[in-house]
Amino acid sequence: MTSPSPASKSMTMGEAGLMSVFAVSAYVCFFAGAMGHDSAFSFHALLASAASLAAAAAILNRYYERPAQLPPAQIKGRPNYNVAPIKFASVMAMFWGIAGFSVGVFIASQLAWPALNFDLPWTSFGRLRPLHTSAVIFAFGGNVLIATSFYVVQKTCRTRLAGDLAPWFVVVGYNFFILIAGTGYLLGANQSKEYAEPEWYADLWLTIVWVTYLLVFLMTLVKRKEPHIFVANWFYLAFIITIAVLHIGNNPALPVSVFGSKSYIAWGGVQDAMFQWWYGHNAVGFFLTAGFLAIMYYFIPKRAERPVYSYRLSIIHFWALIFLYIWAGPHHLHYTALPDWTQTLGMTFSIMLWMPSWGGMINGLMTLSGAWDKLRTDPVLRMLVVSVAFYGMATFEGPTMAIKVVNSLSHYTDWTVGHVHSGALGWVGFVSFGALYCLIPWLWNRQLYSLKLVNWHFWIASIGIVLYISAMWVSGILQGLMWRAYTSLGFLEYSFIESVEAMHPFYIIRAAGGAMFLIGALIMAANLWMTVNAKETDQIQDTGALQVAE
Amino acid sequence: MTDHNDFDRISGRSTTGHEWDGIKELNTPLPRWWISTFYATILWAIGYWVVYPAWPLLSSFTTGVFHYSSRASVVNDLADLEKLRGEKMAVLGTSSLTEIETDPALLALARARGKTVFADNCAPCHGSGGAGAKGYPNLNDDDWLWGGSLDQIQQTIRFGARSGHAQAHEGQMLAFGRDGILKKDEIATVANYVRSLSALSTEANFDAAAGTRIFADNCAVCHGENAKGNQELARRI
Repeated sequence: MTSPSPASKSMTMGEAGLMSVFAVSAYVCFFAGAMGHDSAFSFHALLASAASLAAAAAILNRYYERPAQLPPAQIKGRPNYNVAPIKFASVMAMFWGIAGFSVGVFIASQLAWPALNFDLPWTSFGRLRPLHTSAVIFAFGGNVLIATSFYVVQKTCRTRLAGDLAPWFVVVGYNFFILIAGTGYLLGANQSKEYAEPEWYADLWLTIVWVTYLLVFLMTLVKRKEPHIFVANWFYLAFIITIAVLHIGNNPALPVSVFGSKSYIAWGGVQDAMFQWWYGHNAVGFFLTAGFLAIMYYFIPKRAERPVYSYRLSIIHFWALIFLYIWAGPHHLHYTALPDWTQTLGMTFSIMLWMPSWGGMINGLMTLSGAWDKLRTDPVLRMLVVSVAFYGMATFEGPTMAIKVVNSLSHYTDWTVGHVHSGALGWVGFVSFGALYCLIPWLWNRQLYSLKLVNWHFWIASIGIVLYISAMWVSGILQGLMWRAYTSLGFLEYSFIESVEAMHPFYIIRAAGGAMFLIGALIMAANLWMTVNAKETDQIQDTGALQVAE
Repeated sequence: MTDHNDFDRISGRSTTGHEWDGIKELNTPLPRWWISTFYATILWAIGYWVVYPAWPLLSSFTTGVFHYSSRASVVNDLADLEKLRGEKMAVLGTSSLTEIETDPALLALARARGKTVFADNCAPCHGSGGAGAKGYPNLNDDDWLWGGSLDQIQQTIRFGARSGHAQAHEGQMLAFGRDGILKKDEIATVANYVRSLSALSTEANFDAAAGTRIFADNCAVCHGENAKGNQELARRI
């Protein structure tokens, strides 16, 4: 490829290669779109074609705009950190967070008032529910994880992120996956595996993006300037590697046609169920636990300006957690066709997981010792600490619910939904909010616009969470008790529809709690918007600010 | 970790001597209660493995000293349920409706069983209280489309209405408009007349006399002179 720029400037192998790949992909995807057997496939292929063309153009444009030399790894002896992809991922996190919470409030309202399904396929609960779960877990949570991992690995390795285009490929490619997954659900393309709903082509694309993510992260660790690897990076690495393994293990499928969205999973029957919950449970364990523990291990000590409580605890609970978690999946299949021995292992490993999970909570909370007074004045730190408290509560509740006798009451009821949301809203939500409240001012080199608004966010969202989970506890236990109640003559006391009727008030309370959580997030978005649009601070207030030397 | 003398004043502990972006780590030992509880859960798990089915072998698995199996426990539970329902349950299936009606114990059992059967099968259309809904008749009043005796109700439940079964109830009405039996304005008039029978609002200027005449000539044949219906032929209006 010839270049009109001065002779010294030339395209890197990566730029030329990736541009060619995208150019070919634009053509192939256009062709596939024209050949598509169903509208979801055709729409996605044409979308991919347009995105490929845009990506090729963006690479070319970036090449023309950039100086002859690629950005140096160091400037005047200081690491020249790569911040732009992190900014992109953190903005996307906020965007998808609001979108995912809104869909959540909507489907919670559908459960209370079914007329809101509008009798349309696209707005029915069945299609919107995976849209909600994927938007909050993978879109919101995933972007927070990618953004913070790229930030933390650079800062704690004192080195620039590996790769030039690769970090961009990861953040943009991941969000393109989200777009394909989400629009696919609305159009009815769904392989019916919980938390792994995207069809085969979206899965293949995610595999490419995720392996690139792993390589960028690993290569940054390899060229680190610190002798040791910081604990947060162990957790990030465990999360990235395990998610790759889970994704590939759970999703092998044979498409009916290469030009159609429908596919069939390679696994069948109880093996498929076992694979699904090995995946599903460890998506919780490695995506929502290990990944967010990594966030906790960096942002809490940083914000509290205190050392991590115990190095030994961190190393023991890390290895115990990742060893034990991977066995616990069968507790999702108690009292099913799964063999008894498998159920036993799932249950006992869940119990043994209790303390390794709590190791993270102890390290998070005890890091505050000597800085508890800051909770009064710093609502961001308060958010981070409360998230750890919710983490402790959810990781105690989880093993309890894994015990077979408890599970026989709780399984298939709203108790499960309540448990998931005390972890999702309380732990993942709050630790992400806390991290973003730190990260956004550091990335843009600004002062956070208003701590008062953070305080409002904290309280409104906290009350929302309490309403949500207490409503689900009551409704779940009520449901479980109604389903198992027998009359003295030996017949079921209640019909299913009577238990549905009994849920109505709790569904309204749940929707109200969710709405409060959403309002909190909207306050946050406004606060961060004002922060980014404010004047750059002369003095860098936080020690965490990236020293961008460019 | 003695090659450095870094010390945290607040906690009174030494650090590990590492530092990342300003973050240090304390050399705190594992909390005692934490490690003890961890060991306790491991011991408990081992105990559980001894008594319950736990580890896969080449072609089977360890069954545990309790020899527990969920299949066996379901069979036991069902047997307990049969015991609770008692011997009368077997009698119920072979008894006639009159026999059930005259034996108080059998009747109580039938009503309890009937309640759950109704809730699972009938309530979705007729409502959990049997009050009905649009298109689904009310079962609480004394107005029976297909007869309200035990035998008649049983007949209705067995074969349904318009279900396609040879013995099902077949209520059908002629298409008076399509087949040209009545003119458009006659249909409007008789519709008003039908509403007036139940004291519902009608169009102000409808011809009541004409309505009465059209009804008597065309509808009364099945629905009866007084529109009270006829269980063999047509419903009450």
